[in-house]
Amino acid sequence: MTARGGRGPTPRGSGPATPGRGPARTGRVRRRTRQRLAADLALLAVAAAFAVPLLWLLLASVDTQADLRVRLPGSVTPDNFSAVLTPDITFTPMLNSLVLCGSSTLLTVVCAALAAYPLSRYRSRLTRPYLLTVLFTTCLPITAVMVPVYGLFVQVNLVDTTYGTALFLATSQLPFAIWLMKNFMDGVPLALEEAAWTDGASMPQTLVRVVLPLMGPGVTVVTVYTFIMLWGNFFVPFMLLLSPDRLPASVSIFTFFGNYGSVVYGQLAAFSILYSTPVLLLYVLIARRLGGGFALAGGVKG
Amino acid sequence: MSIFVPARGGARSRAVRWLPIAPATLLLLLFLAGPIGYCVYIAFTDMQLTGSSTVDFVGLANFRRAFADPAFRNAVRLTLVFTVLSSLIGQNTLGLALAALMRRASRPVRTVTGALVITAWVLPEIVAAFLLYAFFRREGTLNAILGWLHLPTQNWLFTLPILAVSFANVWRGTAFSMLIYSAALAEIPRDIEEAAEVDGAGGARRFWHITLPMIRRSIGTNLMLNTLQTLSVFGLIWAMTRGGPGDRSQTLPVFMYDQAFLKSLIGYGTAVALLLLLVGSLFSVVYLRLMKVDV
Repeated sequence: MTARGGRGPTPRGSGPATPGRGPARTGRVRRRTRQRLAADLALLAVAAAFAVPLLWLLLASVDTQADLRVRLPGSVTPDNFSAVLTPDITFTPMLNSLVLCGSSTLLTVVCAALAAYPLSRYRSRLTRPYLLTVLFTTCLPITAVMVPVYGLFVQVNLVDTTYGTALFLATSQLPFAIWLMKNFMDGVPLALEEAAWTDGASMPQTLVRVVLPLMGPGVTVVTVYTFIMLWGNFFVPFMLLLSPDRLPASVSIFTFFGNYGSVVYGQLAAFSILYSTPVLLLYVLIARRLGGGFALAGGVKG
Repeated sequence: MSIFVPARGGARSRAVRWLPIAPATLLLLLFLAGPIGYCVYIAFTDMQLTGSSTVDFVGLANFRRAFADPAFRNAVRLTLVFTVLSSLIGQNTLGLALAALMRRASRPVRTVTGALVITAWVLPEIVAAFLLYAFFRREGTLNAILGWLHLPTQNWLFTLPILAVSFANVWRGTAFSMLIYSAALAEIPRDIEEAAEVDGAGGARRFWHITLPMIRRSIGTNLMLNTLQTLSVFGLIWAMTRGGPGDRSQTLPVFMYDQAFLKSLIGYGTAVALLLLLVGSLFSVVYLRLMKVDV
């Protein structure tokens, strides 16, 4: 094969306007349009399948006569909502959820931020094994640990206590929170901290006054993500809490409505909406930060 | 890569500097490592919730019993079916298809589809379970649609319970795969795809020979995480079918719960839990290997 020195026919129309290129391009444009139409149709079909159960939720919540199928309500009323907005059904469980998930989120975020600082800043032989263990724990099926956890909680009298449950919930989210927090902290440059040290700031001061404010978005993501995961958690409080007045919304919805006998489906839908709204709103808050690549994908890249 | 503070001072100040790691480590040891260790211990005993107060060491009896127990083998089989159907085939393939289609689709369609799929994912597990329970019930929406199309209807939660809960898991979990694959596809340089297109490679061939090899690490990651997540699904199945009718949707977590708490056989239930943990750890190790984490 001879060396090509820029002479000779240029390969595949990369030169200026060769004959036949115009139609080829319109052909490609037309194909693009056709492809887009096909993709749109396929996506809309999938979207419809995902929408049907959600549609039932919305329609049933404003229909006092709601049954299990999607249908337009005879008249739109807020009756279902006013029926469930009682201390027993909504206020107490939601408050319990807030206390339980709020306190465990706080504990998780504080512990994760503290742990992430030395892991991100200091060099040690133990850093790598520690982080690998944390990542390994992230993947373990927590469900499988629940039987021994229950056994241990019985022995130390932590069963049916809100703080015991909160401690376990906090621990269950801790590995992932440490991992995320450490990755976010790695992104904070060292220069400002050095300035703080020169001014005589201690390590806790540096962490709270300099590092954490600089990684504000990262802390928000960890906090909100942890809270969303805990808010939806059913199995842990289902196992560890017994008294009806301590149950969070995730379990109370199950005990109130789970005995399928004479369920008022409209009220179930209304309560589901009330219970889900906080996490949906919180997700919108961090969705932009998570961007296309979910934070986990960022964490996964290592 | 992380940045490091230069080391100063002796062993004592080093210990002080590592002090912040203590609270997290303490929690992890008390509430995670502790139970796992306890799990290993109980799995070799005949502990029960009620009755005899003495706990005897029974060696491998619980495991021998499990492998001989048709109910356990049924649970393993159903767990496999559930994982393959909902995680490997369902979430993974649908997530990849959605991510690939979204790159070609127009913006409004992309936004609407993304929002719906992600809403299904962010909804609490129990709410998702109720919605799909309503969808699959005899008098539910699926049968209404089938009837309208003049197709045969049936009581899905009774005739094909494992299929129904698998679909429910796909509905709930696809967003995660979609997000991972969207990020992976966005990283493929446009010019590589365009070069292949100019060379005359059709859509399917481009996808098979260029796109898939380029995102293979994301595929591995996603499969691993999906499988691990699916292995521990409890609430969704419990709220939809309670493992029934009979034991026809009783996956391992449900079986474990049933044995340990409803049948009060803590020792036996824990042995099952330990097996589940072992499978999970195996997947985790493979996953860490696959990622070649740089920490």
